[in-house]
Amino acid sequence: MGGTVDPTVINLVVFVLAVFVGYHVIWNVTPALHTPLMSLTNAISSVIIVGAILAAGVEALDLGSTMGLVAVGLASVNVAGGFLVTRRMLEMFRRKERKGDA
Amino acid sequence: MSANQVALAYLVASVFFILALKGLSSPVSARRGNVLGMIGMALAGLTTLMIIAGGGLMFIFVAMLIGGSIGTVVARRVQMTQMPELVAAMHSLVGMAAVLIAAAAVNNPAAFGVPDPMPTGNRLELFIGTFVGAITFTGSVIAFGKLAGLGKHFRLFSSAPVVFPGQHWLNLALALTMIGFGVAFFLSPDKAWTPFWIMTGIAFALGVLIIIPIGGADMPVVISMLNSYSGWAAAGIGFSLNNSMLIIAGSLVGSSGAILSYIMCKAMNRAFISVILGGFGAAEGTAAAGAGQQTVRSGSAEDAAFLMANAESVIIVPGYGLAVARAQHAVREMADFLIEKGVRVRYAIHPVAGRMPGHMNVLLAEAEVPYDQVFEMEDINGEFGTTDVALVLGANDVVNPLAYEKGSPIYGMPILDVVKARTVLVNKRSMAAGYAGLDNPLFYMDKTMMVFGDAKKVVEDIVKGLE
Repeated sequence: MGGTVDPTVINLVVFVLAVFVGYHVIWNVTPALHTPLMSLTNAISSVIIVGAILAAGVEALDLGSTMGLVAVGLASVNVAGGFLVTRRMLEMFRRKERKGDA
Repeated sequence: MSANQVALAYLVASVFFILALKGLSSPVSARRGNVLGMIGMALAGLTTLMIIAGGGLMFIFVAMLIGGSIGTVVARRVQMTQMPELVAAMHSLVGMAAVLIAAAAVNNPAAFGVPDPMPTGNRLELFIGTFVGAITFTGSVIAFGKLAGLGKHFRLFSSAPVVFPGQHWLNLALALTMIGFGVAFFLSPDKAWTPFWIMTGIAFALGVLIIIPIGGADMPVVISMLNSYSGWAAAGIGFSLNNSMLIIAGSLVGSSGAILSYIMCKAMNRAFISVILGGFGAAEGTAAAGAGQQTVRSGSAEDAAFLMANAESVIIVPGYGLAVARAQHAVREMADFLIEKGVRVRYAIHPVAGRMPGHMNVLLAEAEVPYDQVFEMEDINGEFGTTDVALVLGANDVVNPLAYEKGSPIYGMPILDVVKARTVLVNKRSMAAGYAGLDNPLFYMDKTMMVFGDAKKVVEDIVKGLE
């Protein structure tokens, strides 16, 4: 029982806890907003851009960094597109709200 | 920045992502949730840009600018009816990005702070992230083609299932071969490009093969499933790069897609496994059997207007036919007239009313229907019994009372209890069967009046009748 914990085990701990959090948070999402949920999760999964930036951010322009750059471009489409289209949809739900109040 | 500071910044970003999803529990808090998501993403991106210290920064900004501009333009221009296609396209981008990052990690693990050559533990996770990403990419491309109706240009995009003998055995054999090369990659002491590329290539092919046999009716499940895959791919990459934020974000997305798939399967009364095996929906569009023997009472839009104007309460049941005809705005106008006349108007939404989860709610919101008039199936089913008129617009299987009869193919499917309303008005283009290929006894009942024609035209005529 000595030594340090392997990073893979720490990753697994984080993973299992995150799945639990996800399970409980997602069941609370109102069914009316399931489409915005999908576009928002799409935007959130583009946080993979972090890996792409690391791959692209090396001194030499080689195979790895080129792939990284392409991945940065692809993920950026999702980051911008995902959040903006979610905002557009949610704005539609807001307009009604004001009308209802009036 | 020290490694600890970076990890803490990523932790804050992860919390923002969780809060973003939490915001979606109500339309009131949803917009703030979306903003929190943006803040989390900005924090994650900026932190990462700060640690790469100079190398290739210029190129990265250019790539971000190009990608970001494309995303912005698409987000502004996309029609709400096209949301399923857009979401499928975005899943494919996440999948492809995962594959590219994995390849870059094989090439130069040091860039990610992982030892070179990569330790076996990280390789296993990289393998998982790569093949899930590759399947997500090609699978989503096929789903996009099916949803965008590109079947006439390219057969694999056909919304009818593409099946051939031995399909499942071929898929199984390919999957096993892929895992074999994955193990070879896992055990190899050096970079092992050959097994990596072969495994990735097979995964790309598998993505195509597993989506082509799935019919158009099952697309809400497919799109949720691919949503889930894109999350697991991101989590897999997070494992191999030892990045907790990627693991957390990926797991949130993965569980979200999995829950949505479950909800969709339940709403369609389909077992997840049989959706995946595909082949359903082949009978789509075939004429209803026995339609000739029974009589149908049909009426005009004016009759429908008269019935609704004299009702105390009306429940509108929108189906996908309504969205295809772009009749949402006309429906809202009709509802406004009815409300003015003192009629209580509500909308009943079946979970699979659109082509993706929650699609119909967005289409109605776009037409400025107040969301407090819109009810989910469980919340309104008890109300049909006390309702004067149920108006079914372009929906069929989701109101089919055969779902109550043992032995019918859709037995047990949750449906809207339209059949309990005092009068039922049904608008359809013809007597053709729905996706399930079944006749609908609702149409032949004494209290039912059919109003044939394009949904938009009919609703506009009803509005004229109400004036």
